Amino acid sequence: MKEILLGNEAVARGAFEAGVKVVSSYPGTPSTEITESIAQYERIYCEWATNEKVAAEVAVGASIRGARAMTCMKHVGLNVAADPFFTSSYVGVNGGLVFVAADDPGMHSSQNEQDSRNYARAAKVPMIEPSDSQECKDFLKTAYEISEKYDTPVVLRLHTRVSHSRSVVELGEPRDIVLRPYVKDIDKYVMMPGMAVKRHVIVENRMVRLAEDSSRNPDTIGLHSIKMASDKLGIITAGAAFQYVSEALPDASVLKLGMIWPLPVSLIRDFASRVDRLVIIEELDPFLETEIRAAGIACEGKALFTLQGEYSAQMIRAKLSDIPNPLSAIPQDNLPVSPGRPPVLCSGCPHKGLFLALSRLRVQVAGDIGCYTLGALPPTSAMDACVCMGASIGMAHGFDKATDGQDSLRTVAVIGDSTFLHSGITNVINAVYNQSNITILILDNSITGMTGHQQNPSTGLDIRLRAAPAINLEALVLSLGVSSVQAVDPVDTHLCQQVIKEELLKKGVSVIIARRPCALIPSGKGKKEDRTVVNKDNCKACGLCYKMMCPALTEGPDMKPIIDREACNSCGLCRNLCRYGALTKGGRKE
Amino acid sequence: MTSNTNINISSTGNAASDLSDLKLNIVLAGVGGQGTLVAGKLLGTVALKLGLDVKVSEVHGMSQRGGSVITYVRIGSKVFSPIIEKGTADFCLAFEELEALRWSGLLKTGGTMIINSQKIRPLPVLMGKAEYPQNIKSALETAAPPSTRIVEINALATALDAGSSRAVNMVMLGALSYFTEVSIDLWEEAVMEVFEKKAKLIPLNLQAFHFGRDLMR
Repeated sequence: MKEILLGNEAVARGAFEAGVKVVSSYPGTPSTEITESIAQYERIYCEWATNEKVAAEVAVGASIRGARAMTCMKHVGLNVAADPFFTSSYVGVNGGLVFVAADDPGMHSSQNEQDSRNYARAAKVPMIEPSDSQECKDFLKTAYEISEKYDTPVVLRLHTRVSHSRSVVELGEPRDIVLRPYVKDIDKYVMMPGMAVKRHVIVENRMVRLAEDSSRNPDTIGLHSIKMASDKLGIITAGAAFQYVSEALPDASVLKLGMIWPLPVSLIRDFASRVDRLVIIEELDPFLETEIRAAGIACEGKALFTLQGEYSAQMIRAKLSDIPNPLSAIPQDNLPVSPGRPPVLCSGCPHKGLFLALSRLRVQVAGDIGCYTLGALPPTSAMDACVCMGASIGMAHGFDKATDGQDSLRTVAVIGDSTFLHSGITNVINAVYNQSNITILILDNSITGMTGHQQNPSTGLDIRLRAAPAINLEALVLSLGVSSVQAVDPVDTHLCQQVIKEELLKKGVSVIIARRPCALIPSGKGKKEDRTVVNKDNCKACGLCYKMMCPALTEGPDMKPIIDREACNSCGLCRNLCRYGALTKGGRKE
Repeated sequence: MTSNTNINISSTGNAASDLSDLKLNIVLAGVGGQGTLVAGKLLGTVALKLGLDVKVSEVHGMSQRGGSVITYVRIGSKVFSPIIEKGTADFCLAFEELEALRWSGLLKTGGTMIINSQKIRPLPVLMGKAEYPQNIKSALETAAPPSTRIVEINALATALDAGSSRAVNMVMLGALSYFTEVSIDLWEEAVMEVFEKKAKLIPLNLQAFHFGRDLMR
């Protein structure tokens, strides 16, 4: 049977067909839908873990105990999981173990453009790269066979155009879930120096054996494919770049790599000897190129193509083909300029009110990863720094200590509920222990928002939306030793300003919890009868309501606001801002 | 393969000899939240039902927060790249006027652009830092060669007539369907399949689809 599946859905299907039993992940674009789709296969245990390190450790444990296990994350998630990842390479597996890492060339939704392939080389772990949904499913199944045959974790490397493209997939029969027998074996599973020294030898031998087998069995172990056509030009490529190459250079000879680490050097050497010119086409780092050159094989690569962003057929055609690129039917030169459309905090987002308060107070804001990073952009422009998950609190503490406590009077850390539970807690402990005076704002919107609404330990539901214990954030931070905790409604900008001012002046670590559900989840949806209406008689056309830049509220020809009733989410932020009572609830008349 | 008016993919299209080199590129351009992802999924389902290869490329995450969102749908006997290049789109479905302008360079000569007349003002315009361009349709018509078709519809009003502003995507697909030879039955099956898990929304979405198609008559 054929279905059209997102690359990520195909990975989930592959896990089902491979008999995977345990999946633990933390959401992150573009990897999130893998684990979301896993949830539809009832026989697989799956969970949202608190962070990628925890998720990886759960998968390692399940593997040692004999189950096939998987953990999925975005590229920067692998940084968080790097500790268990590197040593799981030494431990090896019992049940097959796969790490899925999804890169984001072009940074559609990421803070950096790192190339996960470097991790495979550094940790001495084989890495496999599919180029469409069918391969996502098939390659994952092979990854489990390789994992168990060579006693190694395997990385499945995805990227945005593979994860988020739908294509046709031929479904297969699922394998039974089988638990391999577990035997206590401290030489293999307890990594103390004496044992690890011996395991390191095994790891190096394993990688040599894999490289040889990948060359010797290009179709099966290596997952490579070779198309010999022109002897003038040969291309080595993998993943999405293979699709652009096929589009742009139909006449070139192509070696498409499936297992991209360790490299099948003899296969590559043989391919190189059959073409006059060898070009490596790979997005991001010159990973293949560097290794191929190091093997003494002449090739071109980054001299022709960029280190940044996504590639395209156009880009490849321009460098390597005589066929001209197509031209637009509509010449763009004389058209009006299109104003940009940057992402914004949604219409009805209650946390916009809090950012308005921060903007008015002109405080320094150490930010974090999530929807609220958008608070850095106009109209609020209320953020000074944003680096990685959980960093806001540590950075605010750093501001405080760098200025001998001066900056704690005008610096706040802003962090979401999911991000706080991911890696903010240890930062609070550090700030309390080291006697900081910082103020921490936890924006609790009762969901993991930016990645598309996943549950987390504070929401009271698990990944399958069944009841789960909910962490009480107030009790948690009090137990960590913070000196003051207050909750506020972020829609009430005036109150937010007042409370933030109060807490900034207090000694010790203060926490303010701004609590209102995301406007896009059922509990955050406003009532239709509460939608805002304009009372034109009261309106003085002062323009204050435009300052919050709500997409549902625009300026009319008489300078008085017009409410788009379809877009209004009844949050009440504009009503709170208006001093003249010109914006009120619509009542039941509509 | 493609002409100005009709695309020769039919529900019995498998047998046609000229399908071997068929390539149909459809761009869905809109604003986060307008339902372009669902529309892309539906076109993928249609292609699968026709026995064709298809790739649908989506953008998730940051772009959903009211940003500019583009979905590429490529249908053919064999599709490689999931991305539509400049000057190669047979159809451009612009769910919003400014997005029609922004992505107009993707349209090929002889292609068709269907524009929803809805205007969603982006942040720079709301802040008074930029002007929302006037008369977008006529600017595009002036710049386009005569063989290129530009149609504007009020998909939002039509969706509201069908029962919900959220059905703009179905109105747009209904309008597109008029230019294809894919049978109505097959389109309807695809709508039902895509909304399988939200069955109570099927009648509304079918209604919006038909209203959109009727706008083209």
